[in-house]
Amino acid sequence: MKYVNEYRDGALARDIAAAIAAEVRPDRTYAFMEFCGGHTHAISRYGVEDLLPANLRMIHGPGCPVCVLPVGRIDDAILLARRPGVTLCTYADLMRVPASKSASLLKAKADGADIRMIYSPLDAVRIAEAEPDRQVVFFAIGFETTTPPTAVALKTAEAKGLTNFSVFCNHVLTPVAMRAILDTPPAQGEPPIAIEGFVGPAHVSTIIGMEPYREFAENDRKPVVIAGFEPLDVMQAILMLVRQVNEQRSEVENQYIRAVTQAGNATAQAICEEYFEIRENFEWRGLGVLAASALKLRDKYARFDAEQRFAVTTVHADDNPACECGSILRGQKKPAECKLFGTVCTPETPMGSCMVSSEGACAAHWAYGRFREHQARSATSLLPVS
Amino acid sequence: MNRHSPAKTYRRKLDLKHGRVDMSHGAGGRAMADLITGIFRAAFANEWLDQGNDQASFPTPAGGRMVMTTDGYVVSPLFFPGGDIGSLAVHGTINDVAMAGARPLYLSASFIIEEGFPFSDLKRIADSMGRAAAEAGVPVVTGDTKVVERGKADGVFIATAGIGTVPDGIVLSGDRAVPGDVVLISGSLGDHGVAIMSCRANLEFETAILSDSAALHDLVAAMIAAAGPHLRLLRDPTRGGLAATLNELAHQSGVGFRIDEDAIPVKPQVAAACELLGLDPLFVANEGKLVAVVAPEGADALLAAMRAHGLGREAAVIGSVVEDDQRFVQMTTSFGGGRIVDWLSGEQLPRIC
Amino acid sequence: MCLAIPALVTQLLPDKMARISLDGVMKTISVMLVENVAPGDYVIVHVGHALAKIDQVEAAHTLALLAEAAALGEAAVAERRA
Repeated sequence: MKYVNEYRDGALARDIAAAIAAEVRPDRTYAFMEFCGGHTHAISRYGVEDLLPANLRMIHGPGCPVCVLPVGRIDDAILLARRPGVTLCTYADLMRVPASKSASLLKAKADGADIRMIYSPLDAVRIAEAEPDRQVVFFAIGFETTTPPTAVALKTAEAKGLTNFSVFCNHVLTPVAMRAILDTPPAQGEPPIAIEGFVGPAHVSTIIGMEPYREFAENDRKPVVIAGFEPLDVMQAILMLVRQVNEQRSEVENQYIRAVTQAGNATAQAICEEYFEIRENFEWRGLGVLAASALKLRDKYARFDAEQRFAVTTVHADDNPACECGSILRGQKKPAECKLFGTVCTPETPMGSCMVSSEGACAAHWAYGRFREHQARSATSLLPVS
Repeated sequence: MNRHSPAKTYRRKLDLKHGRVDMSHGAGGRAMADLITGIFRAAFANEWLDQGNDQASFPTPAGGRMVMTTDGYVVSPLFFPGGDIGSLAVHGTINDVAMAGARPLYLSASFIIEEGFPFSDLKRIADSMGRAAAEAGVPVVTGDTKVVERGKADGVFIATAGIGTVPDGIVLSGDRAVPGDVVLISGSLGDHGVAIMSCRANLEFETAILSDSAALHDLVAAMIAAAGPHLRLLRDPTRGGLAATLNELAHQSGVGFRIDEDAIPVKPQVAAACELLGLDPLFVANEGKLVAVVAPEGADALLAAMRAHGLGREAAVIGSVVEDDQRFVQMTTSFGGGRIVDWLSGEQLPRIC
Repeated sequence: MCLAIPALVTQLLPDKMARISLDGVMKTISVMLVENVAPGDYVIVHVGHALAKIDQVEAAHTLALLAEAAALGEAAVAERRA
């Protein structure tokens, strides 16, 4: 695959790993957060951590829209789907997320709710057009990458004059979450926030550009390097962060120059501006209630807003009190340090946001990395000879 | 109706073009006999079915041990690029027998048909099964037909059984892998799962990927001839893909696996389709591939024999068996790092994240 | 988040749609979010929509930078061994 495989080259990876190892100062540690769940997934799936020096640590951020969606919102979606006449369209990622009382969209579907997995929001519009006697609700989630496609779906539904299509909007904003990570004080007894810089999200940045990250570089002195989606992109971005830290610079740099521009995608920004506005508050699983952190449909499009059409009232549902997701998301704790990890909390029975989808820190560790705890005891570990 | 029925017995011919299965076809009466004769016996055509009994009888094979397997086929869609539920049922059942190192002898097929199912589709499936069975040299010697009300079966479900005999001295079982053994795969991964997904509504794309559905008993015979005494086990990575198979085997044998991502053959289009959907080929179903674990002394001969066979042309060594008290399947990624290949709890679903 | 993949635009279709190919896997997607897409362009595809065009010059530039970093790494390893 062009523009993909070149950025997965293992031989280049080993050499770049050596470059990183050569440039990290041996007398200090480095800790960077990759905000985006897709980066977490890439790092885990390719085993990038095996190639990083021991004094450089990657902290897995909350940029996973499935993970940060509160249980209450899944409950809402299930209630919508159970309504007679409603067809709920959803991305497959959400089907297995546990809701309250061990429910899930998958189970609701088994119980007879009309829930359909779709690949694109336009599929939901097509279903609405093809089945005029169904009330089609699109369960919209995602950061700024996924919001413009929802806007396109709304624009398409509007142009077709559909009266049976609505969106249950759960789109969230990246910079606000990054701010929350930096601003949340550590819990009692925990050391101060370790993050020294961010690997910025790849595809969110194709939409929003580089400007929104400036405050972190300039006010918080946390360098941000926007990285492409492939493992070599991530490694190059890490090298750029190491250099910034060593040179005591704090800038927004762009490693993903083949797809991200300074200004981002103006067309996409404009269409989002047309259909959405910022909510006053929104609850994030693992981060609590954050102001101005999520979107809802503008009043003039109320007829497409499922929350208004169906009078949705969200009820908060608590996570397990022993769940350490908050600390893990801020980089204070590692998944293996949570008492629930691997016992009560597994991908089949997630207790908190970090285990919910394969991009969450705990889920990624479980699916790809938990062998590392046992590595020391095993004579057949895979650590490459450096 | 058989060769002893009166010559001039009036029988309404089935309207194979426009007719549909209804509840009477499952009631055991004349309608059912007409259905069986018109569709199943016409497609399977063998002496056992011609006897017209509810069972088939044959002499006990001399020597060796017997193997028996049973399977259910509920695939949707019923017809997909490279096959259909019928050919899949024949291939899959034969393969389950073959994975024991056995030569498959006979199959049975039981049909549970939804009221309203078109005869033309049923005939298409039966004909496909007949062809698959004939090509494999393994006849469908007995069967059953039931009809259920509309909505109670997704078109048609097929339940099968298969029997075969294992030559003396061949003992293949999932608990026989030991550290040091070599792991081979017979060809590219993910073809069947991707072919199925290309049909599902809302996941449309044109692709030349065909299901790899195939009967593997001939390949297995060649493998046994080349490396029989050194073979530990065979397994076909169907639902759950290679990942499920290796994790199952790790637990059955009490070992770990170390595999090399670069060694695993995946067709470029399958890889591309998986990228688009966010799927990992390791978890995607295969219906014409097998995993073999062999003692190191037999690995070279085994690989050569597999590659010499039409169904094993792309066979490859993908890793080895190791000691691992955690039973991990560990993989060196194409990138050079390490990861485990986890055991998924449910079906792998496409993702946007 | 945001599983997105670069794919080749093979054909423009009415209503701001287009046909893309990823190693021979074809799909019809929306190009409403990207201006001036033409067959032969590569676009980043996410949930059935093109989000951005791949700048082929910058892509080459990135590969050059990667090669540069790799060379530094190789040199560092050689130096350590010396």
